Amino acid sequence: MEWRDEGLLLAVRPHGETAAIIEVFTAAHGRHGGVVRGGASRRMAPFLQPGHQLDLTWRARLGEHLGHFTAEPLRSRAAILADRRALTGLNALCALLCLALPEREPLPEFFAQTVALTDALAAGRGWEPLYLRWELALLDALGFGLDLTACAVTGTGDDLVYVSPRSGRAVSRAGAGDWADRLLPLPPVLLGGAGGHAAALALTGFFLTRGLGPILHGRPLPEARNRLADLFTRDGH
Amino acid sequence: MEETRDIEALIELMARLPGLGPRSARRAVLALLKKRGQLMAPLAQAMATVALNARDCAVCGNIGTADICPICADPARATGEICVVEDVADLWAMERTGAFKGRYHVLGGTLSALDAVGPEELGIPRLLRRVAEDGVGEVILALNATVDGQTTAHYIADALAATSVQLSSLAQGVPIGGELDYLDDGTIGAALRARRRF
Repeated sequence: MEWRDEGLLLAVRPHGETAAIIEVFTAAHGRHGGVVRGGASRRMAPFLQPGHQLDLTWRARLGEHLGHFTAEPLRSRAAILADRRALTGLNALCALLCLALPEREPLPEFFAQTVALTDALAAGRGWEPLYLRWELALLDALGFGLDLTACAVTGTGDDLVYVSPRSGRAVSRAGAGDWADRLLPLPPVLLGGAGGHAAALALTGFFLTRGLGPILHGRPLPEARNRLADLFTRDGH
Repeated sequence: MEETRDIEALIELMARLPGLGPRSARRAVLALLKKRGQLMAPLAQAMATVALNARDCAVCGNIGTADICPICADPARATGEICVVEDVADLWAMERTGAFKGRYHVLGGTLSALDAVGPEELGIPRLLRRVAEDGVGEVILALNATVDGQTTAHYIADALAATSVQLSSLAQGVPIGGELDYLDDGTIGAALRARRRF
């Protein structure tokens, strides 16, 4: 078995003294793991960092084996290391993908969105709304997508201010009526507006926690994502 | 073979050491056996002594043979500077340079989302107490230039933001003897951003 693909590095763990086991998110092969021989070496360690984009060749005798990667750097995103906020975003992204993505299931559109987000993180400005829309895309890719296009009650696309916790569909102010206190607030940033970053993260967090329930077993979402939520809350957006 | 069981056990234990596999452990044990008097007995004695006395420094987390390590006990090193490192190996690396005359703080790891290592598992609360109580003027964050290392550095910087302590980190860029052509993009980018007037 052998394939070649482009991938985003999500996690690296030492394997023995010189090798590393990496987890990558690839365009055509989804989230995939494998051993990199010499991955802990001085030559390879600088580009085997989460967030970096790699040219990967995977080989194994059988498809179900862990297999070996040979990796070449394509795009470095080392600038993120110096940016506290962007690094928090990158950690949340990697932790969520490692937790939530099914293994070896191709998600090419979502991969493209993820690469666009990591590019924005490396640029260091204006990535927050992109991150929030990326979490919506993640929910979509996992099959728990929200429908924020029209009110679930009236069908209108105007004045959408709530989301139904049951169906994940938007609800307008008029459509909510007496049920408003049982609905989740829909922050304007998720409809292309500005503000409400912390509330938006709380909203996607609610649906992620519910959708990933069978994996989480009652545990909260990864600590890295909680740190991002703290950051947005402190920002006061 | 009954009579070589102890030697086999020794080889098995040696093979667990970093840098040694079963074959190299066998060679090392054979070399020790050949120099029983000059090497093996003193080594066994030194190992027994260290195993009995080695402990973590109660102040900085360095390894020593007393409750307070020699660096923390040295009054000449009370310069008001604390260098935060990930591991004892990093402390030893810094000490080899002879360039730093302050004291250290060993975290014992880095924050890691994947391995569920949080601030409590590291020595971060202890560091914050030291900074508050010991009249520290500068904290140097000498953590690895990896995602986990820098996440930890930013976390510590956040935690110390409310204090008046000065924070600095090690420079990143071209290593001594390094050739640009062989460096990765990230290192060259970091070096360019950290350029200084010549």
